[in-house]
Amino acid sequence: MPAAHAAGIFIQYHRDAMPLLAVDNLTVSFPTADGTVRAVRGLSFSVEAGKTLGVVGESGSGKSVSALTMLGLNPGADITGSAVFNGKELLTMSQHELRKIRGAEIAMIFQDPLSSLHPHFRVGWQIAEAIRAHTSASKQDAMSQAVELLRLVNIPQPERRVEAYPHEMSGGMRQRVMIAMALALKPKLLIADEPTTALDATVQAQLMELLIQMQNELGMAMIIITHDLGVIASVADEVLVMYAGRAAERADARTIFFSPHHPYTRGLLGSVPSATGVVGSRLTPIVGSPPSLISVPSGCGFHPRCPFAMETCIDDQPDLIPIAAGPNHTSACWLPPDMTGVGIAMDTARQRYASTHRGARSAKLPGVIAAVEGAAVYA
Amino acid sequence: MPDPAADGDILLGAEDIVKHFPIKEGIFFKHQVGSVKAVDGVSLQVRRGETLGLVGETGCGKSTLARCIMRLFPLTSGHLTFDGADLSTLSRSGMRPYRRGMQMIFQDPYGSLNSRRRVGSIIGDPLAIHHVASGAERRKRVQGLMEVVGLNPEHYNRFPAEFSGGQRQRIGVARALALHPKLIVCDEPVSALDVSIQAQIINLLEDLQGEFGLTYIFIAHDLAVVQHVSDRVAVMYLGKIVEVADVKDLYSTPHHPYTNALLSASVVADPDKARTRDRIILTGDVPSPINPPSGCRFHTRCPKAQPICSTEEPLLKSGVGDPPGHVTACHFPVAEGEKLASEKATILHAVEGFLAEAPT
Amino acid sequence: MSLSTVEAIAGDLPPEDPAVKGIQGRTPLQLVVARLRTDRVAIISIVVILLIIILAIAAPLIAGITGHGATDANVDTGTDASGQPLPPGSAGYLLGTDNLGRDILVRIAYGARVSLLVGVLATAIATIVGVVVGLFAGYFGGWLDGILARIMDVVLSFPYVLFAIVLVSVFGSSLPLVILVIAFFSFAAIGRIVRGQALSQREKEYVEAAHSLGAGNLRIMFVDILPNLVAPVIVLATLLIPTAIIFEATLSFLGLGVTPPTPSWGNMLSDAEGVGFQAWWFYIFPMLFLLLTTLAFNLLGDAVRDALDPRAERIFAARRKKAA
Repeated sequence: MPAAHAAGIFIQYHRDAMPLLAVDNLTVSFPTADGTVRAVRGLSFSVEAGKTLGVVGESGSGKSVSALTMLGLNPGADITGSAVFNGKELLTMSQHELRKIRGAEIAMIFQDPLSSLHPHFRVGWQIAEAIRAHTSASKQDAMSQAVELLRLVNIPQPERRVEAYPHEMSGGMRQRVMIAMALALKPKLLIADEPTTALDATVQAQLMELLIQMQNELGMAMIIITHDLGVIASVADEVLVMYAGRAAERADARTIFFSPHHPYTRGLLGSVPSATGVVGSRLTPIVGSPPSLISVPSGCGFHPRCPFAMETCIDDQPDLIPIAAGPNHTSACWLPPDMTGVGIAMDTARQRYASTHRGARSAKLPGVIAAVEGAAVYA
Repeated sequence: MPDPAADGDILLGAEDIVKHFPIKEGIFFKHQVGSVKAVDGVSLQVRRGETLGLVGETGCGKSTLARCIMRLFPLTSGHLTFDGADLSTLSRSGMRPYRRGMQMIFQDPYGSLNSRRRVGSIIGDPLAIHHVASGAERRKRVQGLMEVVGLNPEHYNRFPAEFSGGQRQRIGVARALALHPKLIVCDEPVSALDVSIQAQIINLLEDLQGEFGLTYIFIAHDLAVVQHVSDRVAVMYLGKIVEVADVKDLYSTPHHPYTNALLSASVVADPDKARTRDRIILTGDVPSPINPPSGCRFHTRCPKAQPICSTEEPLLKSGVGDPPGHVTACHFPVAEGEKLASEKATILHAVEGFLAEAPT
Repeated sequence: MSLSTVEAIAGDLPPEDPAVKGIQGRTPLQLVVARLRTDRVAIISIVVILLIIILAIAAPLIAGITGHGATDANVDTGTDASGQPLPPGSAGYLLGTDNLGRDILVRIAYGARVSLLVGVLATAIATIVGVVVGLFAGYFGGWLDGILARIMDVVLSFPYVLFAIVLVSVFGSSLPLVILVIAFFSFAAIGRIVRGQALSQREKEYVEAAHSLGAGNLRIMFVDILPNLVAPVIVLATLLIPTAIIFEATLSFLGLGVTPPTPSWGNMLSDAEGVGFQAWWFYIFPMLFLLLTTLAFNLLGDAVRDALDPRAERIFAARRKKAA
């Protein structure tokens, strides 16, 4: 009986297991002079406690905007949908309540540490203040914790460095301070937005390793937002591929890299040297440029750049549907669910399907492609 | 790609190039208080038709070296020859005729194009400056160039702001191509672009090289990209070249500890490889180029450093059994299969120590 | 280089259909115009400036309609029975007459010509000189910058009214001299800004790119850098016009500008000296026009500056939201 009992508990536990963060049908749009920018257009995903979700996409795919929105850092945006963190709805929360959660339960690391560190205060003071804002630690305690945190993130001579101002530090050092500050309160969820993009390879590797180790020890969940498939490959458990404000594909990391379904995911992999192909072979980039978020293409937002586009893709927007290649593998694409993988054979299969399914490729397509090629990106 | 060994014809030769930027102080009477030793004695040869990759981290001087080669400023010392001509001491106007043969593609597709000028006039600039073509003839040639790089010639009159990042980089490529140069120095041409666009530009550069017999110096910090495009690769650290080799040799048997660290740290887009690889620890940050370390500049961070490394500067030389052209500046080069100290254990130790001490 | 291989190279690119135009991006100028159109203050300022320009252009017409020249002392109709000036609203004299029986409306219209002429011409000269000096100083740096920047500092710290008085009293007052004096004291304001901008622009990558193509210094300065300085120069020039107008009015008030009997708003004010509250229309109307003109130019300058500032997008977004 004990075994069965344990199993029962296990099942019970699993049924009750709520994701730490569940985002449902999130939309974010910004009114601008040129029209409404639809940055996020119906995004749903969840993150389990202790897991790492990698969010990958090109600039303008909505990956950063969705994270900022959850933390209430997008004033002026029109937001719908829901984002439930630990049982609490974030999107309707007051700024006061959000402030209590930000930093303490959800911490965020940005690409540019200078934008998040105050230029006129010493870094030690800033870390200590972050600690004191959420705990009852005394000034001395907070300061000595700050020193320990700096030591943890591999800053040499932390006792001296707490006295430094942000501008006295190198970019890598500042990013480490940011990480120290984010880890100070042992958050349940760490959102890292391109945390290492601005850093050199050796520093980047060090910091990613540090984040992984901290995660293992603290059991915190991480969302790593990046355009770098290498970072995704080395840290993510689950991967969410975003395109034009929507989820294109979601699966565990190995499935994304070895059995992708969505042509955009495949295109991304084909664009990176030695990602999965042979070193020295020709890259297979995605044609065209990402669309303007003011006039997102109809149907599947990727169809103007997709080599497999069918008539359906122009008219109907696909939702995430289960794919055969892995557990929890979903893809928002009209191609048959069993067509997964990378490589020329797979491409041929897809091409054949696309050309036979619901007639030939639409004659409209080249024109649509041209429109996107010429689209202005006006910031 | 052409075989570099088959064609030993040197297009560009740099010998002991030095570029120091003086640091001045004082309000009325400025006096020099030191100098940033951005490039400090670099020698390399670029063969006709090859792609030489140049890698290194921020501040290693790779961009300054590119600008030395382009003679965008006077050299502090050293010799630079291009296609047989000595460019080392030419004045700005003396350089002008040679600029037709060497062009540059810049990193920032936004900053490198003048936002207040129309694309047609930007691409036509070299034709205007060198009085190659004017009026309708210039327009025709510019539109031809736009087509070559995959831009719509109809967009001749648009402003750079009306193009996406990738298209802007194509504009930069078209401008560099306008005068039929022999050499194009590409300074991080894809690092500011989205992944899918990077591949477009890399393919374009490869096609153009095949079509027009171009020689590239390709500067990047992304080792995968450099591996993809280069025939040979030079690794820079703090103003010096520490290792040069054919791309296969360098990536399979790197000899300099810094090259090893760099290669082990670069993330590969493959979840199986990325998780199993052990990274090499490098302590601290890159030292300041104002006061570079004595001897071997890497000795302060090198896992293999010995006393001699801080006193005697190692020279670039070929090791025993190395293929021709593989040179390393190290007293204790890393042998094939040798393992350097690992990073994971150290960080794990630090994390555990922190959690033990911190109040919960 | 042959273009026959174009297709091979551009092969993996989508064909671009020239008939399908992409979304049009907007040039900076279009953006500024679009933003100014949402700015009520800017529109009112432009209307006021246009009205004053029309007034200046129509000065002879007004003189013709009223039958009074700008310098005509209308002894018969321009004064009342006891020889006193007529108040505003009197028959034939909309804004009244001065103590010589001259029509104030006509004089104000002619005064507008002087003010606008001085304002625009002096600003134009100052802008050209300031841009050239600032560009050379900022682009070349070094000793040239040292000299030019110090000269500009000296000019800016000069007690310019005193200096103008001395100059004019030595050379005698004339309109061209007034314009030159004003331009001389204004160019440094533009020059300093242009110098600072040129200093930062010359570090930009596009300048490096031009250099790598073999462009000469003059080409880089005037073909590459100058177009990038147009925005701040336009703002400054718009703000300099009212300063020049006031400068002229001051000089004329002191009797060193436009010589009577030619009307200018400044010497009309000086004619009003000592009339007290009795003949308020002597000074109220020139003052009102002076104020209206300078205020309109100043507000327009501010509005253009906001419209050119990319960081001000939030303000415009809020304004759009309010309008919607």
